[in-house]
Amino acid sequence: MLAEIGHFALVLALGIAVVQVIFPFAGYRYGYQNWMAAAKPCARIQFVLLLTAFAVLTSAFVQNDFSLAYVAQNSNSALPLPYRISAVWGAHEGSLLMWVLILAGWTTAVSALESELPDDFVSLVLAVMGLVSVGFLLFMLFTSNPFDRLAQVPADGADLNPLLQDPGLIIHPPLLYMGYVGTTVAFGFALAALIQGRLTAISARWIRPWVVASWCFLTVGIALGSWWAYYELGWGGWWFWDPVENASFMPWLLGTALIHSIAVTEKRGSFKNWTLLLAIATFALSLLGTFLVRSGVLTSVHAFATDPARGVFVLALFAILIGGALALYAWRGPGAFSGNRFEGASRETFLLINSVLLAIATATVLLGTLFPLAHEAVGLGKISVGPPYFNLVFSLVMTPLAIALSFGQFARWKSDSASRLVSSFVYTLLAAVGITVAAYFSLGGNDFLLAGVGIFLGALVILSVVRGIWDRCRGRKNVLLTLWRLPRAFKGQTLAHVGFAVTLLGATVTSFYAVDEHVRMKPGDTQNVGHYEFDFVGLKKFEGPNYRATEGHFIVRKNGKTLAELYPQKRFYHVRNTPMTEAGILGGLTRDLYVSLGEPLEAGSWSVRIHYKPLVRWIWLGALFMALGGVTALSDPRLRNAKLARVAAGSAAHNG
Amino acid sequence: MNRYLIPAVIFIGLVAILGVGLNLDPRHVPSPLIGKPLPSFSLASLYEPDRSISETTFLGKPRLLNVWASWCSACVVEHPLLIALAQQKNVEIFGLNYKDEPRKAEAWLKKHNNPYKSIIVDPEGDLGLDLGVYGVPETFVIDKLGIIRYKQVGPLDNQAIEEIILPLLDELS
Repeated sequence: MLAEIGHFALVLALGIAVVQVIFPFAGYRYGYQNWMAAAKPCARIQFVLLLTAFAVLTSAFVQNDFSLAYVAQNSNSALPLPYRISAVWGAHEGSLLMWVLILAGWTTAVSALESELPDDFVSLVLAVMGLVSVGFLLFMLFTSNPFDRLAQVPADGADLNPLLQDPGLIIHPPLLYMGYVGTTVAFGFALAALIQGRLTAISARWIRPWVVASWCFLTVGIALGSWWAYYELGWGGWWFWDPVENASFMPWLLGTALIHSIAVTEKRGSFKNWTLLLAIATFALSLLGTFLVRSGVLTSVHAFATDPARGVFVLALFAILIGGALALYAWRGPGAFSGNRFEGASRETFLLINSVLLAIATATVLLGTLFPLAHEAVGLGKISVGPPYFNLVFSLVMTPLAIALSFGQFARWKSDSASRLVSSFVYTLLAAVGITVAAYFSLGGNDFLLAGVGIFLGALVILSVVRGIWDRCRGRKNVLLTLWRLPRAFKGQTLAHVGFAVTLLGATVTSFYAVDEHVRMKPGDTQNVGHYEFDFVGLKKFEGPNYRATEGHFIVRKNGKTLAELYPQKRFYHVRNTPMTEAGILGGLTRDLYVSLGEPLEAGSWSVRIHYKPLVRWIWLGALFMALGGVTALSDPRLRNAKLARVAAGSAAHNG
Repeated sequence: MNRYLIPAVIFIGLVAILGVGLNLDPRHVPSPLIGKPLPSFSLASLYEPDRSISETTFLGKPRLLNVWASWCSACVVEHPLLIALAQQKNVEIFGLNYKDEPRKAEAWLKKHNNPYKSIIVDPEGDLGLDLGVYGVPETFVIDKLGIIRYKQVGPLDNQAIEEIILPLLDELS
């Protein structure tokens, strides 16, 4: 009975969403103000209904209601409670429900927080977001209903995929979805601007917090996924250029480009067309990710539903929403949005360069992800594109980006000269070179050319940021007070750029200087990896709540002194008959030591993987800095205080 | 006006590719050995331990090579189809007993009947490795010159037999 309430709530939500679309658009077309005002209450009602549906599904999992097909496929009575709850979003139907719920959440937030923008503009934004909701609700109700009942209720369920029975994976999907779905807000703003035929500096300012907020969620969600893969999969890898990883990375890259493009549109009134196009494209990539995961077009560890019938529906949704948006762009774009001139090595130039570079990076990732599909679609056969392509091309694009980032922070708005920039920057450049040379002597290695470029770029970015702060404090009496009083937007920018450099350095050093040994060991053996010794002391077997485990006991020593004891496990989950690895990790800021059990071999020995991974944690630390930088920038009171914002926007509008 | 249409045009191309992609099966991996000769090998024959079989044994007549094992449950499912092929359609089938023990293989055949003209014993999986076998059962169509013409991954079914294997064998005779 309860499940039917959830189902009914979904149907009602669809009806409300339809109203949320039709009334504002018709009201805009014919000038009925009170029709346009229908958007806000519709958004809120939709949120309440979807929250109800989500609560109903969650209670079905908590109470082990196996008469629901979705619960029977993804849960089990022996599954611990936290995982019974996270199983709600562990597979296709439930995660879709989470998607539309989060969309309703963002829509409600826009309706509640956007009091400074003209009402008709906000109503149009809500209507566009409602259109997306309609599409997804139709998809759910027709092909992917989490409330479908089973005719024969099984005695117990098929258990949650053991890979997902992990704390990191409880919050990874919700965070990612907050990010993905948040791009719908930017999409809504862009289409509303296109429909009205104008994009003012004011509306550009108001879109920024939404883009930054969703970007922060994406940053953390992607980093969490990478971190989870590292400690859970047992190979010590942290990024595989898997199609679904790429599907989350592409909106992130374009979202970064969008943030920077908006900064220019807002301050100088330029880049309007590019901003609009980026907003549409970022959402498009988010939708594309949804398509790739759920259609069966690509195989991946992430692939949810390999069902072509569902794939057709999502593809149609994708085609209609994005095709419509791009058609609107082609129709309204020319003439309606002109920008201001800028020239030379101005800050606009650098921001444009980096925005374009990020778009190029996105395009190369998209090309690599879809190339196998295109190759097969035109009948040329099956090929695969993997890390060698992605690593090469991505590094090639990131190199000029890091350089432009470093210089661009110092360029003046509207007009600047390259020679002035370079001459004022010489000492910073030399310092970066110095650091790279020092790294060469302390790290060495055969491949230093590539590693050295990465280290140089990371050092250059950090030094340029430090230089920027120093410039602002130079000549002031109270340095600490000046630092404290720096605008939060600037602090956020600083933190985020430092985060980028930290991730870059971590990825470079770990890729080139990690040591990976894959050996046969039996209790009593010792293996040397790098400067460390690993003693395999013994094995122990025990039973967990829904698995049985073999646990190895390792002691890690350096120069004879014991550093830690590690306990990697090999688990075997009963219901789904699948093995899982839990690695033993000694983590640290400068390096990780990583032991995982592979397979049991003959005569009591096991295959064991031991890794020495220098600076690997910098990868996720940098991502954390980037997200914190975004949050800091968001907290800038100039964003929230309408009067201050109008003053700031007014001066920009004057110049623009 | 023109350049504003570019994103839309690119998008249409993208949707077209994705649309075609929906009809393809990402799990279907074609064998790189199609069109290549059987790898050279020399292994014992089940029931006739003194006789050895090599790639030259396959010359002269198109045949099926069926990879199976006594521990493989899907092989039980496809076995009646092999029996029917051997008896009713006069298709000559060689078996490749993969990573198995001869005693268990013989017992299995006694229970399920034997459609094979000869059975290659490959306890270590060496020939399987050379053939790119990654699961059991698999079935190869070999022509009279010893060239691999088709590989069926997974158990045979009526559709594969009627639509692919029998026409191919006819064509090769």
